[in-house]
Amino acid sequence: MNKRWLELSVGLMMVAGVAALVALALQVSGGNMSRNAQSYAISALFENAAGLGPKAKVTMAGVTVGEVVSVAIDPNALMAVVNMEIYGQVDYLSIDSSASILTAGLLGEKYVGLTVGAEEEVLVDGDVIEDTQSALVLEELIGQFLLNFGDN
Amino acid sequence: MINLIADLGSGLLGKLVRIGQALLMLLQATIVRPKASSFSRLIQQLYAVGVQSLIIILVSALFIGMVLGLQGYTLLAAYGTEQAVGQMVALTLVRELSPVVAALLFAGRAGSALTAEIGLMKATEQLASLEMFGVDPLHRIVAPRFWAGIISLPLLVAIFSLVGIYGGHLVAVDWLGVYSGSYWGNMQQAVDFNGDVLNGMVKALVFAFLISWTAVYQGYTCVPTSQGISAATTRTVVYSSLAILGFDFILTALMFGGTV
Repeated sequence: MNKRWLELSVGLMMVAGVAALVALALQVSGGNMSRNAQSYAISALFENAAGLGPKAKVTMAGVTVGEVVSVAIDPNALMAVVNMEIYGQVDYLSIDSSASILTAGLLGEKYVGLTVGAEEEVLVDGDVIEDTQSALVLEELIGQFLLNFGDN
Repeated sequence: MINLIADLGSGLLGKLVRIGQALLMLLQATIVRPKASSFSRLIQQLYAVGVQSLIIILVSALFIGMVLGLQGYTLLAAYGTEQAVGQMVALTLVRELSPVVAALLFAGRAGSALTAEIGLMKATEQLASLEMFGVDPLHRIVAPRFWAGIISLPLLVAIFSLVGIYGGHLVAVDWLGVYSGSYWGNMQQAVDFNGDVLNGMVKALVFAFLISWTAVYQGYTCVPTSQGISAATTRTVVYSSLAILGFDFILTALMFGGTV
């Protein structure tokens, strides 16, 4: 076995392996990094956060601007606290923005949709959104519908 | 009865002794300042362990990707969501199948060869004569083989994932007519580089460690007869395959268990 060929083939394998990893990063994961260095944390209080979990998308006008980190109960308000990470470059969410829990498609996953308000002041790290609209619970909706139907 | 307990105890002690031996051997072989000449030996082993495993990795990755594309398509098409096939193929490959299948193939292709080679060196007393010359066989024979395994397998796993994903693309997009944009788009939305790709690489590194360690230990401590070498080679493949599957469950539970 020629030594030069041996070294060349090992070098080729190394380059191919690293290139495959780079391709996985760019083509397959689309450069999705879970921890964005410059992201900031905000939270929102919902009456009902059914179906929402960690890693759910946070969107604004249909574009992903962050993700849900955790969902917990606030023992004082007895409401669900949804903690979110918003990408650092999205620094124009006004302080009177509202958040709602939406569903992608009929049976799709739950996500948080943000609607920007009119104030000049913007949300910063640690702020809480209070203007919220809760998740749609299908059973409650059907229950209400049947109740109204019965009244008529 | 007493004999049974005594046998059990000595058997367990023997196992513990072997684990201790293996660990000591690993430490002796790897914790050493590398010399200039050890680099060219590493290159030689990288060729034997890595480059020569490339063909089997490439071919099996292509076929596994194609099967995933086909199965995924038929299953998802029943629910009208065949666009999600890219996401399914990529996540299955990157998280599970690439590290595990590549490691199993690697254990069969490279691990067994390592054991047989070192075992034959022992049987023909090459290791003993190295020691006579004052050369430590652990540094000269074992260390480059061990490191070559550790370096090659993660690279092979990355290649496996990529080739598999293109295999899935070939079946799902080129043959069955899924729209190429949704194949890649769904995949890019679902696959996370840190969470999925890098965790797969961590798995590959752990498996590489298990395989290389088992292979060099079994070769180095085999009974230096033809039956001994063949038994050691079999043990390498069996033990490392079992270790891969067992550790895969543990690693999966640690990495992905919490988010579901």
